[in-house]
Amino acid sequence: MSFELLEKFRDPALCRKILDKMRAELDGGLRFMEVCGTHTVAIFQSGLRSLLPEEIVHLSGPGCPVCVTHESEVNAFLDLAGRDNVIMATFGDLMRVPGHGGRNLKKAQADGARVKVVYSPFDTLKLAKENPGDLVVFIGVGFETTAPTIAGTMKMAKAQGITNLRVLCFHKTVPTALEALLTDAMTSIDGFILPGHVSAIIGLEPYKFIAEKYGKSAVVTGFEPLDILQSLDQMIGWRNAGEAHVTNNYTRIVSDEGNLKASEIMYEVFEPVDALWRGIGLIPGSGLEIREEWEGFDAKKEFGITIEEGPALPGCKCGEILKGIKQPDECPLFKKACTPANPVGPCMVSTEGSCAAYYKYKLD
Amino acid sequence: MSDKVLLDYGSGGRASQRLISELFLKYLGNDELNRLNDAAELSLSGRLAMSTDSFTVDPIFFPGGNIGSLAVHGTVNDVAMMGAVPRYLTCGYIIEEGLPMDDLETIVASMGEAAEHAGVQIVTGDTKVVPKGAVDKIFINTTGIGEIIVDPSPGGDRARPGDAVLVSGTIGDHGLTILGTREGLDFEAKVESDSASLNHLLVRLVRELPDVHVLRDPTRGGLATTLNEITASSGVCCELVENDLPVRPEVRGGCSILGLDPLYLANEGKFLCIVPQEDADKALEIMRADPLGRDACRIGTMTDANPGKVVLVTQLGGKRLLNMLEGEQLPRIC
Repeated sequence: MSFELLEKFRDPALCRKILDKMRAELDGGLRFMEVCGTHTVAIFQSGLRSLLPEEIVHLSGPGCPVCVTHESEVNAFLDLAGRDNVIMATFGDLMRVPGHGGRNLKKAQADGARVKVVYSPFDTLKLAKENPGDLVVFIGVGFETTAPTIAGTMKMAKAQGITNLRVLCFHKTVPTALEALLTDAMTSIDGFILPGHVSAIIGLEPYKFIAEKYGKSAVVTGFEPLDILQSLDQMIGWRNAGEAHVTNNYTRIVSDEGNLKASEIMYEVFEPVDALWRGIGLIPGSGLEIREEWEGFDAKKEFGITIEEGPALPGCKCGEILKGIKQPDECPLFKKACTPANPVGPCMVSTEGSCAAYYKYKLD
Repeated sequence: MSDKVLLDYGSGGRASQRLISELFLKYLGNDELNRLNDAAELSLSGRLAMSTDSFTVDPIFFPGGNIGSLAVHGTVNDVAMMGAVPRYLTCGYIIEEGLPMDDLETIVASMGEAAEHAGVQIVTGDTKVVPKGAVDKIFINTTGIGEIIVDPSPGGDRARPGDAVLVSGTIGDHGLTILGTREGLDFEAKVESDSASLNHLLVRLVRELPDVHVLRDPTRGGLATTLNEITASSGVCCELVENDLPVRPEVRGGCSILGLDPLYLANEGKFLCIVPQEDADKALEIMRADPLGRDACRIGTMTDANPGKVVLVTQLGGKRLLNMLEGEQLPRIC
C-alpha cells in the first residue's frame, strides 16, 4: 500500500471530526479492549490515548505473543540455548524475555550460546544448510499470524531434504482466548478491537460467537488512527441502539474469509491443543501443536520438553491486566520493581505489552 | 605485501614497517606522522576539546561509506560539537588476521580522504594484528583534539525553556542502512548512510552565533535518546512536533516493515542544535546554506512543562512521552 494512501488514515481533521461525533453520541462509558499489542502501541504512538474522551476506558488484551508466552515455555527455550550443537533461531522480541532466575537469550548469548535473530522463519533454512553439523531450533511463538509461515518453512525444509531444522512450537490462537475472557465473571468489556494481522489469516467467522453468544461487539481494525476511531465510533452507535455486531473494517487487508491457503497450510502441519497462557493460565484448545506426521521437526519431542503451570509471580498483576480487570498503573510493581530493563511480569517484557507501552508512552 | 593481512604485520619487525610505510603513510602521511617518532609534537593553545571513539561497525563497507571514513567523521563531529575546531586525530587499528589487503587499503584510503576533507591531520597511530576470530575483521579507535572557539562551550545542561530545537537534516538514514546491509535486506527504495564530517558547518555556525546553547551528535540511540540526555542534564522539557520531524519516506518505509522507530536509529552526519528563540532563523539560514544542512528544520521547543522529559506532540495533536531507548531496538514478531 502506498504511503500516500496510509497518510489518509492519519488525517488529523477527519480524526477530530470522529472524536467530536463520539463525544456527542457517548451515552455512558465504553470499555473497549484492543486484543493486539500492535494496536496498544498504535493508540499510544499516535497520541489517541490522550485525545479519547475520559468515559472511554481503554484496556489492553492478551494479544501480544511475547506477553502470553508461558514462563515454562521461556524456561524451555532458555534451557536449550547453549546446548552443544544447537543454534537457537528467534524473532528479536524474545531476546530479552526473562525466564527463571533472570536468565534471557541476551545473557545466554553472552555466555556463548549460539542465538540468531531472524527476520523471517524462512531464514532458518539457510541457517540449517550452512550449519549441517548443528541443529537449528526455531522458537515458534506467536498467533495465527506467524504460524502459517512457520508451517510453510517446515514444508519447504521437507521438500529440500533439510533434516537439521526443529521448531519449538508454542503457538496460540486468538478467538479461544477471547472466549475465555468473556466467560470470566471478573471481566467487563463492551467491545473488542480485533487484531488486523491475525484476522488477515482467519477471517471474520471465528469471531462471530462474540456477538451471537455473548452479545458484545467486535471490529477487525487496521492500525492507523482513523481505523481505530471509526471502529470505536461504530461500537458506540451499536451499544446506544442496543445491538451487537462483529464486522470487518480492515477490508483493505483482511477479507471476510481470511487467507484460506494460509489456514490450510497451518492446519496441515499443526493441530489445536490446550495451552498455558502466561498470566492467565490454561485455556482449552488455545494452542497449536505439531502433528504426528511432522514430528521429525518437533523440538519438544526431540528434547522431551513438557510445559507446566508454576506458582504465580508475587505482586504481579499481569493476569488481571491481560484480562482487562486492572490497568498497568494499578499494579504495585509498575515502574518500581518492574521496568523494561528489569521486567517482572509478561506485560512489561515485550515492547508491545501493555505495561511496557504505559511505561514508554504515557505522560503522568 | 601479501594479499591478506598476516600476523607478521603486527610483529613490530620488518613486515610491520612495510605495512606502515607502504600503506598507512601512503594514505595518511603528513609532516608529523612521517617522522615516526614515539609521540606526536603538536601546536595547540587555549581551551581544548578531546574525544575518543572506537568503531566496530558490521558491515565494514556500507552504502555511503566504510569503517575508515566513519572513524574520522565520528570523532571529528564529537570534537566539533563542543564548539571546537578539530585539529589532530590519532588512530588505532586492530585487524583480524586474514583480512584481505585490498579491503584494508580501501579503508585506509577513505580514512585519508575523510581526514583531508575535514582538515584534520592524523598525527599518531598504532596497528595490531590479532589471530582469526579475536576481533570481527577490523576495529578502529580514533581520538581527536581541537581548539574551542566559543565561551562557554555548547553543552546539554545549557538548554533553557523557550529555546528552539533544530536538526540539520533527515534522521535514521545511517542506522537503517547499516541494519539493512547487515541483514541483506533489499529495500525497494535506496537508503544510504549520511556519514560525513560536520565540522566546517559547525565552525561557521558557532562563529556567527556564539550563543548556541547545545550541539549534539545523535549517533547511537538516535534523536530520541540524545534529546533525553539533554533534558536529563538541563532539567528542561523538550516538546517535539511529530509533523516537523524530517524522515525520508524510504527510511520510514523500511522502519515500518521492520518494526523500528527512526527516532531511535543512529545518525552519523546530522546534528541537533538548541538555540535561543531569536537565533533560530539565523541558525537555520546558516545550516541550509551548507549541503550537509540543506534539509535543516525546526522540530520543537524547550519548555518548562514536564521537567526532564521529552514529549512528542503527535500528528493528531495528542501528546505522549518519548522515552530513552532501552537496550538495542529489536525487530518484532508481528
